[in-house]
Amino acid sequence: MAENLLYFTELVSMPVFDLKGRRIGRVKDAAVVPLVDSRRIDRLLVGGADAWLTIRYDQVRSIELGKGISLSDEQLVPYHDDEYMLRIARDLLDQQIIDVNGRKVVRVNDVTMEIRKDHGRDTVAVLEVDIGIRSIFRRLLQGVLPPRWIRRLQARIPPNSIPWDFANVVEPDPLRRLRLNISYQALEKLHPADLADIVEELSRAEREAIFETIDSEVAAEALTEIDPKMQASILEALEPEKAADIVEEMAPDEAADLLSELTEETSAEILGEMDSEPKTEVRELLEFEEDTAGGMMNTEYVVLHENAGVIDAMGALRGNEDLLEQLNTVFLVDAEERLAGAIPLARLFVAPGGAKLQELKSEPLIQVTVDEKQDRITELFDKYNLLTLPVVDEDGKLAGVITADDIISVLRQK
Amino acid sequence: MRKILSRYRYYIALFLAVLGPGFITANVDNDAGGILTYSQAGARFGYLPLWSLIPITVLLIVTQEMCSRMGVVTGKGLSDLIRENFGLRITFLIMALLVLVNLTNVMSEFAGVASSLELFHVSRYISVPLSAVAVWFLVVKGDYKSVEKIFLFACLLYVTYIISAFLVRPDWKEAAIYSVKPVMVFEPSYIYMLIGLIGTTIAPWMQFYLQSAVVEKGITPGEYKASRLEVVVGCVMTDVVAFFIVVACAGAIWSVRPRDIETAAEAALGLKPFGKYAFILFSAGLFNASIFAASILPLSTAFTVCEGLGFEAGVNRRLREAPIFYALYTLLIVVGAGVVLIPQFPLIRMILWSQVLNGMLLPFILIFMILLINQSDLMGEWVNPRWFNVVAWISIVLIIGLTLAYVGILVRGG
Repeated sequence: MAENLLYFTELVSMPVFDLKGRRIGRVKDAAVVPLVDSRRIDRLLVGGADAWLTIRYDQVRSIELGKGISLSDEQLVPYHDDEYMLRIARDLLDQQIIDVNGRKVVRVNDVTMEIRKDHGRDTVAVLEVDIGIRSIFRRLLQGVLPPRWIRRLQARIPPNSIPWDFANVVEPDPLRRLRLNISYQALEKLHPADLADIVEELSRAEREAIFETIDSEVAAEALTEIDPKMQASILEALEPEKAADIVEEMAPDEAADLLSELTEETSAEILGEMDSEPKTEVRELLEFEEDTAGGMMNTEYVVLHENAGVIDAMGALRGNEDLLEQLNTVFLVDAEERLAGAIPLARLFVAPGGAKLQELKSEPLIQVTVDEKQDRITELFDKYNLLTLPVVDEDGKLAGVITADDIISVLRQK
Repeated sequence: MRKILSRYRYYIALFLAVLGPGFITANVDNDAGGILTYSQAGARFGYLPLWSLIPITVLLIVTQEMCSRMGVVTGKGLSDLIRENFGLRITFLIMALLVLVNLTNVMSEFAGVASSLELFHVSRYISVPLSAVAVWFLVVKGDYKSVEKIFLFACLLYVTYIISAFLVRPDWKEAAIYSVKPVMVFEPSYIYMLIGLIGTTIAPWMQFYLQSAVVEKGITPGEYKASRLEVVVGCVMTDVVAFFIVVACAGAIWSVRPRDIETAAEAALGLKPFGKYAFILFSAGLFNASIFAASILPLSTAFTVCEGLGFEAGVNRRLREAPIFYALYTLLIVVGAGVVLIPQFPLIRMILWSQVLNGMLLPFILIFMILLINQSDLMGEWVNPRWFNVVAWISIVLIIGLTLAYVGILVRGG
């Protein structure tokens, strides 16, 4: 065990001595001031005779396990609740934090710190947040056995810690978040499905705090992965503007499904805040019953005139780059916008450049009307091994498409 | 008129949406141990103890309502809240006691499975291992929604007790009178029996289970009124079932010759002279109650402990992700079912001790609950109103006093 390591449980209750070696009291808590330094223990709070005193980091001469803390300056001020302090015992210990690297919610048992020499004095820096059995063991025995014995005993248990940089504290209060310099930017880099799993673990207030602050696009992607009931409660709690921003980023079919879960009032409020284009699409989709083709379809597809050629198709794809990840079929319509054919994307690549799209059509053309029932649609996907199924309205005009991932969601819910 | 009807329908839909946690918790409460206690009361004292069911219902509602409210408002389980507010050491102590208590409870459930099926001439060496495996798979392989449906169905099966009570043709007039007429008999066994009724009705595990179930179901403050109604209806239903068990035993056993019985199976046999069906229904009810509780207790225990100590928990996790959860869950089932198969195992003594531990644990949990629910930073506007605090404190002091008396009698007598 490295000598310069110090666990928070060891720091707490360490005696503090003034310049003449008289004992002032014991350490009660320690605080980081994230706005100044994200790692350094900036203040030690000491329980004196009647009130708590604050020790600044530069008032400490030495910190040694088994001996205690000696000061270099004894002009101590009484402690008053400082809003810029992240207090380890109060705000971190026993609370839940997000392990960004391990992509899960964990509970803090202890904090591992390091004693560093700095201008001839000892300062303490936070290294890791401890979770798992070893830190539970350490905390249960602290004060019962001498610290060095505990260190020796715990050596047999494998450690389980999260580097401080990956530990994301969750704070529902926006003002306090600002003062403590807490952001959720690190969460934006997670896969939306992982982020969804994480927020499902948190309490309602914490969940809302995260969705309030992260980027709307990430929020939209994560939201679609969350349990539908929870989606609704999150959106209801957000400011309508923010909710609208998130809904705009969602695929129209998913947005419509989500809005239909909300109370009419909230859903109207959110729609009111949305930009006009996505709003009309979502509004139209909201008209359909949930378990019909109209309710399942989305309106993100690429469509071309039936006389177009391969070159035109390539151009259309370039113009719709945001759709490419999910796209596997392009559609043809006639002059009246009636569906005339479907072309698997791969065929475009092997076709000669001058070919007409007409010649590449899949036969027969499989399509359903907006009021087709969900069960029948699932059957079609199974029977014809479809990836995409076009949906037409009563006039035969293309209204939307249903993709295989919609079918998977339907089947999963059964 | 139409408006009223649609409103009515809305409330029913709301009620169904929150249906589950309260009903299940309250019904699991009538487990093998509960049925034995009610049967004993009826067999020994006839209709006299019926009045106590009304105050017991009130006490049950007061405690259950607080848990469900905390779950709805904070979105966190009770063990989470205890951990975050009272620290690791206290949490660890409580969790250790909870595991011990619930382990013995699981033993008594599997003993209930064994003895109820032995009434149908099924050897316990067949019934207990099969039930244990079934329970393990039901919860590990099922998801929360479908498992909850199975549990709700199990709640309905308690109707067997109501039917068997009718088949016995008890003296309904007496039953009605003594339901509302408090009778005190100053005789140690009578007082002991009354305390026992409360002891089996309000148990530590229920508080944890109910709150977690409410959180898991994602009930929002907006749905709270419906959720509260569900809890109250569940509590009332539990004691209605208890009423019919007491009445059945009063009619079948006490009216012939008042006597002490030692097992619930003995009570079932006492019903035999009143027809095959009374006996079969009573025994089937015992089996249903035992296996129902045997499915919930190990799961609830493992979940609560892991939640409080910060290990990953939940049946939607893989074995490798939540090893401690699955280990604890499996251990509780294997040991709980295993000891029933050991000849000469002092099971009755174990169950007695579990009641003692129950009684030692309950005061802590109730006091923590009332402290937590009065914290305004946790509960905001949902803290206990003053009148409710008065009621809650009186209830809690009453429960604690009676429980300690119960423990005292058990320890002296056992």
